[in-house]
Amino acid sequence: MRIDEHPILKFERGKQIQFVCDGKPIEAFEGETIAAALHAAGIKTLSHSVKEGRPRGFFCAIGKCSSCMMQVNGVPNVKTCMVLAEQDMEVTSQTGWGKLGQVDARQDYNRKKIPVIETEIAIVGAGPAGLSAALYASRFGAKCMVFEENTQVGGQLIKQTHMFFGSKDHHAKVRGIDIGQKLIDGLNENVQVLTGTPVVGYYPDKELAVIKDRRLTIIKAEKVIVATGASENMLSFPNNDLPGVYGAGAVQTLMNVSGILPGKNMLMIGAGNIGVIVAYQLLQAGVKVEAVLEALPTIGAYQVHASKLRRCGIPILTRHTIKRAFGDGKVEGATIVELDDNWQEIPGTERDVQVDTICLSVGLKPTTEIFEMAGCTMAVIPELGGEIPVRGHNMMTSVDGVYVAGDASSIEEASSAMLEGRMAGLDAVEKLKGVSEEISKEKQHVKDSLDELRAGPFGEKIRQGEAKLEEACK
Amino acid sequence: MSDYLKNGYLTLEDISPPDMERLEKGPVAVIECVQEIPCNPCSDSCHRGAITMKTSINDRPDIDYKLCNGCGICVANCPGLAIFLIDQSYSETEALVGLPYEFLPLPEAGEKVMLLSRQGEVCGEGVVQKVRNTRAMDRTPIVFISMRKDLAMTVRFFRR
Ligand SMILES: Cc1cc2nc3c(=O)[nH]c(=O)nc-3n(C[C@H](O)[C@H](O)[C@H](O)COP(=O)(O)OP(=O)(O)OC[C@H]3O[C@@H](n4cnc5c(N)ncnc54)[C@H](O)[C@@H]3O)c2cc1C
Ligand code: SF4
Ligand code: SF4
Ligand code: FES
Repeated sequence: MRIDEHPILKFERGKQIQFVCDGKPIEAFEGETIAAALHAAGIKTLSHSVKEGRPRGFFCAIGKCSSCMMQVNGVPNVKTCMVLAEQDMEVTSQTGWGKLGQVDARQDYNRKKIPVIETEIAIVGAGPAGLSAALYASRFGAKCMVFEENTQVGGQLIKQTHMFFGSKDHHAKVRGIDIGQKLIDGLNENVQVLTGTPVVGYYPDKELAVIKDRRLTIIKAEKVIVATGASENMLSFPNNDLPGVYGAGAVQTLMNVSGILPGKNMLMIGAGNIGVIVAYQLLQAGVKVEAVLEALPTIGAYQVHASKLRRCGIPILTRHTIKRAFGDGKVEGATIVELDDNWQEIPGTERDVQVDTICLSVGLKPTTEIFEMAGCTMAVIPELGGEIPVRGHNMMTSVDGVYVAGDASSIEEASSAMLEGRMAGLDAVEKLKGVSEEISKEKQHVKDSLDELRAGPFGEKIRQGEAKLEEACK
Repeated sequence: MSDYLKNGYLTLEDISPPDMERLEKGPVAVIECVQEIPCNPCSDSCHRGAITMKTSINDRPDIDYKLCNGCGICVANCPGLAIFLIDQSYSETEALVGLPYEFLPLPEAGEKVMLLSRQGEVCGEGVVQKVRNTRAMDRTPIVFISMRKDLAMTVRFFRR
């Protein structure tokens, strides 16, 4: 189920290769992840759960949920959504914890001395926030290293085929996919971007543990900017672990990055901007969208996004939710139900829809492990997405020299993520190289732009969250 | 105001379309974007200054139908795909409506299509007259469809 023609994207596939999964030959293309290639071959079950042995497929496709773990070339617990398929690879579906078997882990890591690399600014995550931080810090002379766990640079932007909102200053009307490229093109020789390089630990004082070329490496930095983005929320309903229940980000990754159809017909849960935009992208890719469900009494997405979906004839059902998914080993349908004003199911309104995929778009939560390791003061602020590090206007956390930016600091937009990254980069370079009029002017401009972005009715939640954050700072 | 927050689509009462006199003069843009969202490429892209925002990018776009000549530049620049072109002067009996269309395959001139309303209901039949798809439009082509004059303010999409 590969996409050949797409109104926005061109898929340039690599060389055709073959690997083996549970004894069966699988055709893949170079540059495709194992999970994507298996999906294209119709294999949705990747593992079985530890206790009940229930079938599991992937869910997040960005290395965060662990539901795609398989044994690869004898190594168990490999997140197949993050690892590229290779010629003659041996992949086995895994039940439970997996066994280490023949692998000699010591050979890879322990015998050699752990390499140490020094840099002025270490940036974690190459999404719009991390890249903007690098762009502005390097412009004023700081040496930056950006660590990105994915094989591609751009974070969420690499999946966004639609034109972005905002003004010219935030690349409005440019498609998300092209904004990432613009940011990368703007980087100068002071910046080194390392892909496939996850940051797995933080040690005082500003030392990062990264896995570089399959080896543990220590990065010693003077400033650290953490822009790790967010992960998708789950929704509880019976059978929500069936293969075929995917996060909206995973659906986008499969369809817009790998060029693989996530399913034939889809039920979307959540009518915020992301749910509605992804539903539209599904139509563009040729998937049938049965409906978009929203438990709230009103649609959260911008009216223009909702309207463009509605005129295609796709219903958006407010005050509706999913009661259960059903299917034998994979999603075959869902029971949906209407809710009353007290959030109670209205008896007799249940009905079944036949779909092979259920897409969840019920919010994101900031990825904050590194802040916790660094000992940053945290606060729970629901308006900003849940638990986040406390930080000032300059984006510095409670730990001196450790910054946060983008969705990791509050679930918002790429436009604000870029501005926050820019602010963190500017403040870090100012502290390294000294105050200059130019940097101060830039910082003021960024602050004004953020205020302007958040000034409208859709910025109200963020403004409330920011106010709570200010309280927490005291 | 209609119930767009509940069902997702606007109705005529949400928008203030040009008057009949202006409509009969020739092509004009109709903007169907009613919320205060942080967005302004429409006003940024119009060379004639026909679309303005009062003070900030969170304001609703305001269009001066006297300044608009229906060139269509704003249509492909709007991330919300919320701008449409209406030409009531097209012929004695028919109007020409330009719709942004980001789907494949693109229709061809002469093709008959089913016309869809704002809520996606079939409301008639039209004929594709031309498809404008330049590089500058960056993958948002405009499909121009002729239809009965009275349908021009109802039709916002089509099915092949
Ligand atoms: C469907 C959809 C539509 C959207 N539409 C819009 C829109 O129209 N306009 C708009 O402004 N915004 C939009 N957004 C929001 C926007 O994409 C995000 O707000 C933005 O990408 C956040 O940027 P970020 O840099 O903080 O995080 P991300 O883009 O998520 O980037 C974080 C990066 O960090 C990496 N990373 C995480 N942990 C580690 C680690 N430990 N080590 C190394 N790397 C790590 C990740 O792999 C990722 O690449 C949309 C989002 C979605 C999902
Ligand atoms: S159609 Fe042309 S003149 Fe009219 S508002 Fe749009 S860009 Fe301006
Ligand atoms: S560009 Fe489109 S979505 Fe943005 S404000 Fe203008 S009309 Fe609305
Ligand atoms: S970690 Fe691979 S799907 Fe979530």
